[in-house]
Amino acid sequence: MPTKAELAALMQLPDDRGHFGPYGGCFVSETLISALQDLDRTYEEMRRDPVFQAEFDADLAHYVGRPSPLYFAERLSRENGGARIYLKREDLNHTGAHKVNNTIGQALLAKRMGKPRVIAETGAGQHGVASATVAARLGLECQVYMGVEDVRRQALNVYRMKLLGAEVIAVESGTRTLKDAMNEAMRDWVTNVDSTYYIIGTAAGPHPYPKLVRDFQAIIGREARQQCLDQVGRLPDALVACVGGGSNAIGLFHPFIADEGVRMVGVEAGGYGLETGQHAAPLSAGRPGVLHGNRTYLMEDDAGQIIGTHSVSAGLDYPGVGPEHSWLKDCGRAEYVAATDEEALDAFRTLTRVEGIMPALESSHAVAHALKMAREMDKDDVIVVNLSGRGDKDIHTVASIDGIEF
Amino acid sequence: MSRIENCFARLEQSGRKALIPYVTGGDPEPAVTVPLMHALVAAGADIIELGVPFSDPMADGPVIQLACERALAHGTRLLDILDMVRQFREQDSETPVVLMGYLNPVEAIGYANFASRAREAGVDGVLTVDLPPEEADEVVELFRKEGLDTIFLLAPTTGESRIRSVCEKGSGYVYYVSLKGVTGSATLDVKSVEEKLAQVRKYTDLPVGVGFGIRDEASARAVSEVADGVIVGSVLVNRIAELTRTPDAIPEQVSEIIAGMRAAMDA
Repeated sequence: MPTKAELAALMQLPDDRGHFGPYGGCFVSETLISALQDLDRTYEEMRRDPVFQAEFDADLAHYVGRPSPLYFAERLSRENGGARIYLKREDLNHTGAHKVNNTIGQALLAKRMGKPRVIAETGAGQHGVASATVAARLGLECQVYMGVEDVRRQALNVYRMKLLGAEVIAVESGTRTLKDAMNEAMRDWVTNVDSTYYIIGTAAGPHPYPKLVRDFQAIIGREARQQCLDQVGRLPDALVACVGGGSNAIGLFHPFIADEGVRMVGVEAGGYGLETGQHAAPLSAGRPGVLHGNRTYLMEDDAGQIIGTHSVSAGLDYPGVGPEHSWLKDCGRAEYVAATDEEALDAFRTLTRVEGIMPALESSHAVAHALKMAREMDKDDVIVVNLSGRGDKDIHTVASIDGIEF
Repeated sequence: MSRIENCFARLEQSGRKALIPYVTGGDPEPAVTVPLMHALVAAGADIIELGVPFSDPMADGPVIQLACERALAHGTRLLDILDMVRQFREQDSETPVVLMGYLNPVEAIGYANFASRAREAGVDGVLTVDLPPEEADEVVELFRKEGLDTIFLLAPTTGESRIRSVCEKGSGYVYYVSLKGVTGSATLDVKSVEEKLAQVRKYTDLPVGVGFGIRDEASARAVSEVADGVIVGSVLVNRIAELTRTPDAIPEQVSEIIAGMRAAMDA
């Protein structure tokens, strides 16, 4: 664990050029540099502008429905044994996941920068839906890039986006999943950079995205911290969140970084098991490299080619991770583990049956690991799990695993 | 004097402009690349940009994405590309070779390791699309020690103050991306290129190559009138894609395009 002074310094990252230690940065082709510098300048102005902050807070309260509850899963905790499990209910947000916190913020940026068109990449479709939603509200043209494979497994969200007036562009290149959707969105942005705002959905990509997405998502951790103090009378012992790109996790973790006694555990997608190589767990089993504008842990081969990932949840099926997580790992401030497809599916069923809450398959990874951790902790200990999204979008996936076709 | 400096000095003396073809190494299969490089030189190429295949070529359009996929499918990796350059050097000790690609394959084998191996193989310059000068201090220094030029991009969106700092860090030549977009996208606008190059030349004596959107003899000629070098990629790679079933025909047929551009530029 870093010292107090080191923890305080961690809270201040990134530096002016977007570095979290050796991670982050701005690794893009020259054409995009000025757009990213403009974005950073605009964001820094807005961040200090009370009028913007008030507008953002009001949207979160009246449009998203914040604050989201911190719910004590009493029956789940009792049946599982061990620590008390609290769920931060981001699944109750408008559009059903934490993603909207970020798209509200970035839509305000797009508006301020006078961009009539927004684009986004999406995996599970939650960020695409959240982008299409804010675009509908602000009257912006919206195109969402989505891998063909994800279009197939998330058909419901594809249709939601269309109903919201967005155009979904199916990406055929590469592995046809989230990373390829991001490549294609970058290609669109470099071509239409004057008219277009790119809403990146996770706390990754070139500077300033990891910073601004984290800041917009940090409402999760600020609320959870206060709610825990109010409801439990103290800070939690551990935080648990799933990590794909890692925006819900960094949103929960960041306000707690300086709270030494609070363990922070990120749960990656273990797929068929880390030992099989068929997973999406760069922090657990990858190494640092450069992709999509930032230096971070990646799934790559010895020659630096990005390798295919596997996860039952489309939203975690990504070979990279936000750069701040890479640095929190190396510093020893946060721990990263993996939960397999099977463990996530078990947790999905358990939470649904025991609490009547159907989690997204992404969030189910966090629930799976929290159940495991809780059993090894004291019954007075408190774990806060980020329930980052609801599971309606995954019913088709679970049903087909059960052999049921609608 | 480096091969690249030599090349531009010679061209200046003869009043000609550099013709710089890009092909992806190992596309569509490894055996094609070295004969193709020689054929391009014979047809009038002055410098060769050899693409290093990458799984996620973010700045490239579909034509070069597919070239990367074809090359990767045959297992061509960065070290194989260096072998191709070494083999090319057995018969050609004069034509500069610039590697063009993305940062991650270089980072994976280590910058210092890459730099010394690249020099030994006979590489002259390196253009890493996703490495802007702000992140490049360490790399530029390591490359310089090995006599490798670091070639940076300038774009229509690059502001005046930045042009100066980019050019100060780069060497060999600078690569002006003529349009907002990916490789192989639209047709460039020569007038706006000319205006931007006038601005660039206020800040640097480096030769300026122009790429993106040069697809035929007319556009090659038009660009050669305003730039020091004409960089041609997707139109060549497209021809390669048409010939994947008859790879033996690739060197001759692809270099014909370069011969035509050479003639148009020198006319």
